[in-house]
Amino acid sequence: MYWKEFMHQCVDIGIGSLGIVSLISFFIGAVSAVQTSYQLVSPLIPRSTIAQIVRDSIILEFAPTLVCIVLAGVIGSKIASELGNMRVSEQIDALEIMGINTKAYLIAPKIIAAITTIPLLVVIGMTLGILGGRVAAIGSGVLDATTFDKGLLQNFVPYNVFFALIKSYVFAFIISSIPAYYGYNVKGGALEIGRSSTKSVVVSCIMLLCADYVLSQLLLNPGH
Amino acid sequence: MIEFKHIKKSFGDNIVLDDVSHVMESGKANLIIGTSGSGKTVLQKCLVGLFEPDSGEIIYDGVSFTEMTEEHRKMLRQQIGMLFQNSALFDSMTVEQNIMFPLDMFTKKSHSEKLKRVNEVLERVNLKDINKKFPAEISGGMKKRVGIARAIVLNPKYLFCDEPNSGLDPQTSMVIDKLIYDITKEFNITTVINTHDMNSVMEIGENILYMYQGKKEWSGTNQDIIFSKNERLNAFIFASEFLKDAKDMRMLEAKGKIDNDRNMDDLLK
Repeated sequence: MYWKEFMHQCVDIGIGSLGIVSLISFFIGAVSAVQTSYQLVSPLIPRSTIAQIVRDSIILEFAPTLVCIVLAGVIGSKIASELGNMRVSEQIDALEIMGINTKAYLIAPKIIAAITTIPLLVVIGMTLGILGGRVAAIGSGVLDATTFDKGLLQNFVPYNVFFALIKSYVFAFIISSIPAYYGYNVKGGALEIGRSSTKSVVVSCIMLLCADYVLSQLLLNPGH
Repeated sequence: MIEFKHIKKSFGDNIVLDDVSHVMESGKANLIIGTSGSGKTVLQKCLVGLFEPDSGEIIYDGVSFTEMTEEHRKMLRQQIGMLFQNSALFDSMTVEQNIMFPLDMFTKKSHSEKLKRVNEVLERVNLKDINKKFPAEISGGMKKRVGIARAIVLNPKYLFCDEPNSGLDPQTSMVIDKLIYDITKEFNITTVINTHDMNSVMEIGENILYMYQGKKEWSGTNQDIIFSKNERLNAFIFASEFLKDAKDMRMLEAKGKIDNDRNMDDLLK
């Protein structure tokens, strides 16, 4: 039953968020390509640098952070309201009376599923973001395909991908555990479910941004 | 049998249960009655372990629930069925999945065996052809019956019902009462029912505990209520003129002044 619940949550969180993640990533990549090109007007800087900037900004920040902020809203509110509704309609009490450990049955699968699927979504986000940048750059005539691909491969640091994945694991934990806490401990009725859902998203976003800064400081700038 | 002794429970400065003791008997419909805020729901939640009492002891068939380890409690809870006020069916599951859930969690039966058991209990609560429906697609009375079916699917020794008639029309309420009563007798279950419903009290109340402001005020059977001199109990049970008249009729019946329905018919002519 726990495995079944875990798989159900993986589908809910992973497949359920794939559409929005794909859309956001693609357009963020496209916009970052156009805006970088707009700002890089110096003839001393090669045009292929645009692709390099698009790649690094997507890998380091846009894919993990922006995608997870969106997921904090999408998944976080869903987790908080689902658990909150179960709490106020006594479904959690019903499980406890049956002798089921409700934290293990209801919360753990959600957190494990988030930690499993969100890094995958972030990787998909990276790919689609870069693809979006490429399509926009070529489509708007900012760069030709060869120059973009050349820039994409220039000075590539694999550590950046590792850093993005570390961030996505930490963010996945934050955006699943905080709403689970707020939803599980709801007291009252429908109004309180709404409040806890909103509060959980706000707190998750703040915690996510704090974690983003701390991780960047620790992993990208450890000596300072 | 469930016995509880000197149960006390407070939330902050608010004393909700104050030294409550009583015995809930096997094979009987044991009712906890009282006004809103009298502590009956908290008492029931203490009995099933959803709340820990501040002091006192709860004993299930000679075994102290209060002193049980969490592991033993888990084992015991598999012998407890509970019908909640709002049925507490899992929204995301069909009726069949709801009833099968305890079987999935606690038995190693094959799917066909579990399905057979689900259909048995659905038949027992007089429901059919609703296996694939979701809770949102069925009526309040049906939800209660599905709740009862889920509560009895593991053949529990103890059945707790929290206001089983709330939100139901009088006719459906009687059907639910009768169902709970019949199941109690059929499987010799210790059934504990929290209720406000006076019809339930008079129809199925074999062992009644009346709570007033967190204390045990009165206990007895539905027959004892007719002759009770407890003013608080009378004010609570026979609140309207109609119910007072009904009480008088029952007293006349009990004293033999009205023998049976046939004589009543004669008198009414």
